[in-house]
Amino acid sequence: TANRKLSPPLPSPRPRQKRGGMFCSVEDAFDNKTLDFASLGAPGPGTPGPAAPPAEPLAGCTQSDRLLIKGGKIVNDDQSFYADVYVEDGLIKQIGENLIVPGGVKTIDAYSQLVVPGGIDVHTRLRVPVLGMSSADGFYHGTRAALAGGTTMIIDHVCPDAGTSLLAAYEQWRGAADSQACCDYSLHIDIPRWHESLKEELEALVKDKGVNSFLVFMAYKDKLQCSDAQMYEIFCILRDLGAIAQVHAENGDIIDEEQKRLLELGVTGPEGHVLSRPEEVEAEAVYRAITIAKQANCPLYVTKIMSRGAADILAQAKRKGTVVYGEPITASLGADGSHYWSKNWAKAAAFVTSPPISPDPTTSDHLTSLLSCGDLQVAGSAHCTFTTAQKAVGKDNFTLIPEGTNGVEERMAIIWEKCVVSGKMDENDFVAVTSTNAAKIFNCYPRKGRVAVGADADLVLWNPKATKIISAKTHNLNVEYNIFEGTECHGVPTVVISQGKVVVEDGNLCVTQGSGRFIPRKTFPDFVYKRIKARNRLAEVHGVPRGLYDGPVHDVLASAKAVAPAPASRIAPCAGKAQAPPVRNLHQSGFSLSGSQADDHIARRTAQKIMAPPGGRSNITSLS
Amino acid sequence: IDRLLIKGGRIINDDHSFYADIYLEDGLIKQIGENLIVPGGVKTIEANGRMVIPGGIDVNTYLQKPYQGMTAVDDFYQGTKAALAGGTTMIIDHVFPEPGSSLLTSFEKWHEAADTKSCCDYSLHVDITSWYDGIREELEILVQDKGVNSFQVYMAYKDLYQMSDSQLYEAFTFLKSLGAVILVHAENGDLIAQEQKRILEMGITGPEGHALSRPEELEAEAVFRAITIASRINCPVYITKVMSKSAADIIALARKKGPLVFGEPITASLGTDGTHYWSKNWAKAAAFVTSPPLSPDPTTPDHLNSLLACGDLQVTGSGHCPYSTAQKAIGKDNFTMIPEGVNGIEERMTVVWDKAVATGKMDESQFVAVTSTNAAKIFNLYPRKGRIAVGSDADVVIWDPDKVKTITAKSHKSAIEYNIFEGMECHGAPLVVISQGKIVFEDGNLHVNKGMGRFIPRKPFPEYLYQRIKIRNKVGGLQGVSRGMYDGPVYEIPATPKYATPAPSTKSSPAKNQPPPIRNLHQSNFSLSGAQIDDNNPRRTGHRIVAPPGGRSNITSLG
Repeated sequence: TANRKLSPPLPSPRPRQKRGGMFCSVEDAFDNKTLDFASLGAPGPGTPGPAAPPAEPLAGCTQSDRLLIKGGKIVNDDQSFYADVYVEDGLIKQIGENLIVPGGVKTIDAYSQLVVPGGIDVHTRLRVPVLGMSSADGFYHGTRAALAGGTTMIIDHVCPDAGTSLLAAYEQWRGAADSQACCDYSLHIDIPRWHESLKEELEALVKDKGVNSFLVFMAYKDKLQCSDAQMYEIFCILRDLGAIAQVHAENGDIIDEEQKRLLELGVTGPEGHVLSRPEEVEAEAVYRAITIAKQANCPLYVTKIMSRGAADILAQAKRKGTVVYGEPITASLGADGSHYWSKNWAKAAAFVTSPPISPDPTTSDHLTSLLSCGDLQVAGSAHCTFTTAQKAVGKDNFTLIPEGTNGVEERMAIIWEKCVVSGKMDENDFVAVTSTNAAKIFNCYPRKGRVAVGADADLVLWNPKATKIISAKTHNLNVEYNIFEGTECHGVPTVVISQGKVVVEDGNLCVTQGSGRFIPRKTFPDFVYKRIKARNRLAEVHGVPRGLYDGPVHDVLASAKAVAPAPASRIAPCAGKAQAPPVRNLHQSGFSLSGSQADDHIARRTAQKIMAPPGGRSNITSLS
Repeated sequence: IDRLLIKGGRIINDDHSFYADIYLEDGLIKQIGENLIVPGGVKTIEANGRMVIPGGIDVNTYLQKPYQGMTAVDDFYQGTKAALAGGTTMIIDHVFPEPGSSLLTSFEKWHEAADTKSCCDYSLHVDITSWYDGIREELEILVQDKGVNSFQVYMAYKDLYQMSDSQLYEAFTFLKSLGAVILVHAENGDLIAQEQKRILEMGITGPEGHALSRPEELEAEAVFRAITIASRINCPVYITKVMSKSAADIIALARKKGPLVFGEPITASLGTDGTHYWSKNWAKAAAFVTSPPLSPDPTTPDHLNSLLACGDLQVTGSGHCPYSTAQKAIGKDNFTMIPEGVNGIEERMTVVWDKAVATGKMDESQFVAVTSTNAAKIFNLYPRKGRIAVGSDADVVIWDPDKVKTITAKSHKSAIEYNIFEGMECHGAPLVVISQGKIVFEDGNLHVNKGMGRFIPRKPFPEYLYQRIKIRNKVGGLQGVSRGMYDGPVYEIPATPKYATPAPSTKSSPAKNQPPPIRNLHQSNFSLSGAQIDDNNPRRTGHRIVAPPGGRSNITSLG
C-alpha cells in the first residue's frame, strides 16, 4: 500500500467509494482497504479492551451520499448566514434557500444549530515511536476520537526513527494511515538528525509527496536537537522550497542540565518534568527560533505554545513584522499544570508532555485571550497518548515517562467553552482558529476550512446549547485517564459529516476504518508566502562601492597564525612567543578623519560618483 | 607631593552631594569636612565650588589583546595615560588567553605587562576562551589567590571562543560556586558565521558587511539566552558591550522580572552610531568595526543614555581596543579579517556627561554611579574605589561641567591616528585628576610615571550581587513530591530498539515493524474521575494521607 498514487487536490478524481459501511463498526479488523464482508461479524485480534466504547448501534449510521442540511446557520470565519446546504459525492454542491435537490435525499434538521466547517487538528502524533512503544491511540482510534469531537481532518507528524530516512518514514506513515484513518489526513515531517544529504529528501517530499511543512527540534539533546547553524540551514532550504518551518521550541541544553540536577537532588516523580522544563526555557527557544527565522526570511510556525512567556514573545515578534504563527494546544488551553504535583503518580504522569503544561493557573486564560485577538492563530491538540502502564516506564525516573497528552477529541469543545462561552471570541473566530487558519497556513484552503460550494463536505452541526462533561468513562480513547476530566463544556457537535457522510449523529459514531484520504498540500501557501516573497525582493543588501584601500597594511607574521585550539593542554605553548610590539604607523597615512563628512551619516546610499570627497584628501585612487 | 588639600569643592557621591574640603595623604582620603586641620606645607587646590567626584572606573578595556600576532596600538602605558586624561583613574582590563594558553599563564603575562607599564590602578577580568580540562582548578586559583573575581564567556566567534549552551550552563554553575561575576559577550555566533558566509558570497567585502552580518537581533537573542541560562542557575550575569536598543530592552525587561542582570553600554554605543560603516572612506568605516557592531539606527545612543539614566543599564565601559589603520587594513578585502575594537577610554566620562547629564537625562549623582560607583560595587572594589569617603583611595577628579572640548585625533592621548568621535563637541571635562593621591593631570598636562599603577585584587562574592543570590538559593530550593511507589502495571520495553547511532545518510529504511499498541490488559485499579481537591496545591510538603481524596489509589506505602 506504500506506493499508492497521491490524489491531487480539488476535485479528487478518485473519491474513494466506501459502500457497505453500515457494517463498519469493527475495530482494528483490517490491514488493507478492501472490505471483507465475511469478517465483519467478529472483532479482529488486538481489539481494544477496557476503554472500548460499547458497540455502536448500527441503526444510527446512515451512509447516504446525498445530504441536505436544512435550517442551520452557516458559520465561516468571515460571516454567518442562514442557508441550506446540499452535499453530494463528498462535496458541497449547493448553498442557499429553497434548493432544488434530487428525491430520496437524507435531510438533516439543523434548526437552531450552527453549521461550521469541520475542525482541522494541525498537530497529532498517532504513531509516534517512543522507546519501542507506539502511542495508545493509533490512526484508527485517534481519528475516530477526532470525528467524535468535530474534527474532520488531522495533520499528523511523521517522526523518523534513528536510521530511517525521511522518505521511508513518510511511506510507513502513509501505509499506516491509509489503512486505518477514518478521516482525511495530511502529514508534517519531523527532521531529527540534520544532515546535508537530507536536502534531496526534503525536495522529493515537497515536490512529489505533497508535504509542505517540516518540524525541527530545539530540545532533546543528543537525540533530535538541532543547533542554531543547522536550523538556519534548514530554514533557508525550506524557504526556497516554499515550505513552512515548524519548531519544537525548548532549550534542550538547559533542560538536559536541569534534568541531571533534579535527578541528583532525588526528584524522580513527574513534578521533575515540569521543574526541569521551566517556562523561561520555552520562551528562550521561541525567541531564538524567531531570530533565526527572521534572518533566514523563512515563515515560522511554533508548535505547542504552552506558557505565557512563549506566547508573549511570539505576539511581540508579530508586532515587529515577523511572519510567525503560534499553536496553543488543547492541553495548554484547557488543562492545569498543577497536577504534576498530584499525590497520585499515574494522574501526575498523565499530564507529562513537552513543553509541559504551565503550573501557572492563569496561563490558559492568557492563551485563550491571545488566541481570541489573533496573536495566536491555530489550535492543535498534540494528541499523543500512552496508557498508564506505558507511562509507568518512567515511574522511577521522570525523564523516561513517554510524553504526550490527549486532546484530539476535546479540542473543539474546550475552545468553544473557554473562548466562545466566556465571550472572548465569536463563532466566526472559533471557526478561524479551529479550522480556517490551519487550512490557509498549510495550504488546503478553500478545499478545507470553509463552508462553500465546491469545498469538501466536512461539516459539523454545532449545538451551542447542549452540554457535555468530559470524562474518561465516555471518551473514545484507548487510555484510562483524561486530562480534562470533569470539565463541563457548553457546546457539542451533534452531527459530524466527513467526506459527505454522516459519521456522528446523536452521539453515535459510525466510521469506516481506512476511509480517510491523504490530502496532499502544495508549496508556497499564499497566506504565508506572499509577504515572504515581497521581503525576499526587498531584502537584498548592497555593498558600498568605494575605491580600493591603498594605504599601508600591517604585515601579519606568518608564524603567528592561530594555533589549533588544544583545550586540554595546560602548559601554554605560546608562553614564550614574543608579542610583536605595537606597530606605529610610520608611513603617515594620507587620509584624515578630522572634520565631519556631511554625507557619511546616510546609511546605505546608492552609488554616486564623488569627484572631490568631503572630509579632505582620501586614499581613494580609483572609483570603480 | 604626597599631601593635598582640595578646598571649596562640591563633593558628589552617588547618593548625595555636599560642600566640603578634602585632605589627601599617602594615597588615601584622610579627612573630609570644613576647616580641616592639616600639616603645613600642603599643596592646596582651589576647587572654587566645582564638582569633586570619585575617579572614573573603566570596566572594559583591552590594552593587550592579541590578534594575528599583533596587539592593539594602545598598550597599558598609552591606554592608561589616555584614561587619566579623561578622568578615569582605574581600569579593569580583559586578560585574553589565546587558544592553547592557560588562563593562569595568560593572567601572569597581563599582570606583568600592566605592572611595568600602567599609570593608574588596574584590575583584571579573565576571558574564558575555551573550556578545557583542568580549567576549574585554574579558576579556583585565580579567584582565591590571584584577586580575580570576574570572567568573561563568549557566545560568538564560532569555532574559536564560542561556548555551547551546555558549556555556558556548566561554566555559570561553577563560577557561581566561586562567587565570581559572570561577564558575557552576547551575540549568536552560529548565525553570524552563516551570515558572514552569505554576505561574502554576495560580494560584499567592506566594513558594511560587518554590520550586515551582525544585525542587532542576534545580539538581543544572545542576551535573552544568557539571561535565561543565568536565571535557571540563579547566578548574576553581566552583559558587556550593550550596543543596540533591542539588547538593552531585553535587559531592562528581564530586570523587571527578577533575574540579576547588569548591562554595560560602552562609550561608542553611547556616543556614536553605526551609519559610518557605509562611509565611502574605507579607513573611516573600518575604524568603527567592533563586536557587537554599533547599531546603524541613529536613535540608539539616545535610547541607551535614557536607560542608563533610569538605572536599567548600570555601568559604562569603553571596550577600548584600537588598532591602527594599517592594522585594520589586514581586512581590506574581507571584513571578517578586520581586527575589532574602537577607542573610548579617554572620551568615556565626557561623552556620558555630554549625552546624559548635559541633556538633563541624569543628575550628577547618577553620573558618578554609572561611571564609577556601580562598577566598584559590582566588582567588589567598594568603598575603596567609587566613593569619596574617609579611608577610600585618593582617586579624585575635579570636574568642570562648563568646559567645552572638541574631540579630535589631533589632540587625543591615544596612539591611533583617528578617533571615532572626531569632531564631537562635548560639554564637561576633567580639570584636575588625582590618582593615588598625586596630581596626574592638570591644565591639560599629564604628569604620569610608567608602571605606577597598582594591581587591585578583588574578592569573590561581592555583596552587591551575592546577598540576593544567597537568599534566593535558600528560598528557591527544589522539592519533589513525596508520594507512594507506583505499583500498577508497567509496560515492558522491548530490549532491541535501543537508539542506533545516528546514520543520517542511510536512505533505505530497515522497515522495522512497529509493535502493535499494547492494551493494558491488567485493568489498573486507580481512578481519575472526580477532582482531587488538594491536587491543585503545587509543591506542598509531605502530609501523611490516611484516606487519599479521589477514591482508592495505588499507593501502598507512603515513604
